[in-house]
Amino acid sequence: MTTRIYIPGDSAALSVGANRVADAIAAEARRRSVAVEIVRNGSRGMMWLEPLVEIETMHGRYAYGPVKPTNVAALFDAGFLSGDPHPLGHGKIEDIAWLKRQQRLTFARCGVSDPLSIADYCAHGGFMGLEKAAGMAPAAIVEEVTASGLRGRGGAGFPTGLKWRTVLGAKADQKYIVCNADEGDSGTFADRMLMEGDPFTLIEGMAIAGFAVEATKGFVYIRSEYPHAFAMMERAIAEARKTGLLGANIAGSGRSFDLEARLGAGAYICGEETSLLESLEGKRGQVRAKPPLPAIKGLFGKPTVINNVLSFAACPWIIAHGAKAYANYGLGRSRGTQPFQLAGNIKHGGLVELALGITIRELVEDFGGGTFTGKPIRAVQVGGPLGAYFPQKLLDTPLGYEEMLAVKGMLGHGGIVVFDDTVDLARQARFAMEFCAIESCGKCTPCRIGSTRGMETLDKIMAGKDRTKNRELLDDLCQLMTDGSLCALGGLTPIPVVSALTHFPEDFERPAGVRMAAE
Amino acid sequence: MSAHNSASGAAQDGFDEARAREVIDGLKGLQGAALPILHALQREFGYVDQRVTPMIAEALNISRAEVHGAISFYHDFKTAPLGRHVLKICRAEACQSMGVEKLIERLDRMHRLKPGGTSPDGELTIESVYCLGNCALSPAALLDGEPVGRLDNAGIDGIVLQHTGARA
Ligand SMILES: Cc1cc2nc3c(=O)[nH]c(=O)nc-3n(C[C@H](O)[C@H](O)[C@H](O)COP(=O)(O)O)c2cc1C
Ligand code: SF4
Repeated sequence: MTTRIYIPGDSAALSVGANRVADAIAAEARRRSVAVEIVRNGSRGMMWLEPLVEIETMHGRYAYGPVKPTNVAALFDAGFLSGDPHPLGHGKIEDIAWLKRQQRLTFARCGVSDPLSIADYCAHGGFMGLEKAAGMAPAAIVEEVTASGLRGRGGAGFPTGLKWRTVLGAKADQKYIVCNADEGDSGTFADRMLMEGDPFTLIEGMAIAGFAVEATKGFVYIRSEYPHAFAMMERAIAEARKTGLLGANIAGSGRSFDLEARLGAGAYICGEETSLLESLEGKRGQVRAKPPLPAIKGLFGKPTVINNVLSFAACPWIIAHGAKAYANYGLGRSRGTQPFQLAGNIKHGGLVELALGITIRELVEDFGGGTFTGKPIRAVQVGGPLGAYFPQKLLDTPLGYEEMLAVKGMLGHGGIVVFDDTVDLARQARFAMEFCAIESCGKCTPCRIGSTRGMETLDKIMAGKDRTKNRELLDDLCQLMTDGSLCALGGLTPIPVVSALTHFPEDFERPAGVRMAAE
Repeated sequence: MSAHNSASGAAQDGFDEARAREVIDGLKGLQGAALPILHALQREFGYVDQRVTPMIAEALNISRAEVHGAISFYHDFKTAPLGRHVLKICRAEACQSMGVEKLIERLDRMHRLKPGGTSPDGELTIESVYCLGNCALSPAALLDGEPVGRLDNAGIDGIVLQHTGARA
C-alpha cells in the first residue's frame, strides 16, 4: 500500500528546508522499500511548524513538524507512516487548536489539497461557485457579491460589489479583470500563500468576476519578490486552460474568460491600483489622477475591475454558499472573514482566518503566543508600512475597518507585525519616512521631498537637536503629506509616524547617547 | 540605489544583439509587452543593456524615452551585471522586529559587504528588498531566487563563505 505524504512546497516551508526534507523522506522510503507518494501541498499557515509533514492514514492526516532531514530516520523508526507518536508529532492535523479555532472560508483548501490538481480541487468543493455563476445573470452575480458585504481586502476596504456594478454598467468592446497580487506590505503573505497553495481559487474568483461584469480577459500582477507564486500561477493557469476552466464556453455557460500572469519589477507603489495599471501597460509605475476611476477607464483605457487576491478569492465561497452565509460573519460594517497574518517577532506566526472583529490581543497572544524572543510585546503594527503602531493599551481594539479608523489606524491587508521591548519607535517612525522616500513614484512634492525632510527631521530629533522646533516641523510635514499627496503612499505615511509619536513619546525624548548604547 | 560596484573580474558583458532581438521578437505581441521583455532580457543577460532601448522602442512603437523611463523606474532592472549570486535581504518592518539590521551590520563588519555592493571577486551581490512575504519566519532572504528563512549569523556567514572566493 502506498502512503501519501504531504510536504509543503510553499515558499515559507521552502525557506526552512522543505525540499531537503522531501528528498530525505523519499530516500529513506527507498532505503526501507516502502511505497510513498509525496504531494507538495500549500502551507497550513502554522509557520513555526514548517516544514510540517502530514501523513495520510485511514484515520485521518497526522502532522509532524518542524521536521529536519536529520529527524527523518527516527520518524520512520517511530512509525510515523501509521501516524504513531514521535516528539515532533502533533496528532491529527484538524485537532490542532490553532487551526480548529479558525474560520477558514477563503483558505479552506490551502494546505489541504494538491495545489495543481483540478480533480483534488473539485473533490474539496472547488468550482462550485463558478458552476453556479455560470447559470446566473451578470447583475445577479454582482448583487450576490454586494449583499455579502465583501470589502476590498487590499487595503482601502471599498465595497467589492459596488465596484463590479460600475464596471458592469460601463459600455465597452473590451473589459478587463485585474488581480492585484503585488502584496507589498511587510507582515503580509496571505496572497502568496493562496497563490502557491490553492491557485485555482483565485482563478475561479477572477472568472466569476469576469462573468459578473462581462469581461473576457484578466491579468494577475504578481510582485517579482514572489518567484514561486508566479511559477505556480502560470502552471495553474495552464492546467485550467487544459481542462476548459479557462478559455471559451466555460462550464457550458457560453461565456469565455482567459488569464495571464504578469511579473512586477520591484516597486512598492505598483500595488497602488492606477500605478499597477500603468505598469501592466508597460510604463513607469506612476500614479494616475482619479477620476477617471479604473472601473470606467482602467487597463488600456477600458473598464476594469481591479481587486486584491483575497477579494477575488472570497467570491467562490460567497457564490457557492450565498451572500447571507458570508455576511453572517463579521462585526459592524466589516462583514465576512479576514485572513490575518501574524508576523515579525511572534512565537506562533502564520495565517489565521477569522471573522472580522477579533481583537489584536486575541490574535497576538492567544494565537501568536507572544513574542518569539519571549520578551514583552511593546508595539504592534497593523496594516503594513502605512499602518499604525499600537501600544499595549490599544491591543483590545477589534479588527474591523471602522474600528481601526477610530484609533487612527487601518486594517490594510490584515498584516500584524509584533515588536518586543527592544523596539525603538523613533527609528520605526524614521523608517516609515525612509520607505516613503525610497518608494515614492515622484509625482507629488509633499511625498517625494516631504518624506526625505521627515527623515532628516527625525534624525535631528533622535540626536537631540532643537527638539521642540523639530517636533513642530515634523507635525507640519505630516500635515502637508496628509493633505497634499495624490495617493495613499504619501498620504498615509504620517500614520505610522504620528502613532509612534502619540503612543511612544518617550522614544523621542531619550537622551541621544542612550539610544546609541541600546543599538 | 545603484546596485553595481563590482570590481574587475565581475561577470563579463555577454550582450548579444541578435539574441536580444530574438527575445524581443518573441514577446512583442503581448499586450503591454515592455515589462515581460525587460524581465526576459535581464534573465538572459543578467542585466538590461542600454543597447536594447532603441530595439524595444522600435519593436513596440514607443519612444526611447518611454523605454528608458520604464527601465530606470523599477528597482529590478539593472543597467550593469551583478555578481554571479544575488542575496536579497528583506529589511522591512517584520524583519526589523527580528533583528535584520544587526545582520546587515555584521555583513559589513565581518565580510565588508554592503547592500548594493558586490564582493571583490564579483561572486556575490547583496541587495536590500522590502518584504518577501515570509514574515512569520523573519529575517527573510532570497538567495538566487530561493527563499531563506530565520536567517541568523551562522546562516549569513555560511552564505558568504559558500558564494565568494572567501572560501579559499
Ligand atoms: C502605496 C499603495 C500600495 C498598495 N499596495 C497594494 C497591494 O500590494 N495589494 C493590493 O491589493 N492593494 C494595494 N493597494 C490598494 C490598491 O490601490 C487598491 O485599493 C486595491 O487593489 C483594490 O482592490 P480591493 O478593493 O480588492 O482591495 C495599495 C495602495 C497604495 C496607495
Ligand atoms: S503620494 Fe507619492 S507615491 Fe503617491 S502619487 Fe504622490 S508622489 Fe506618487
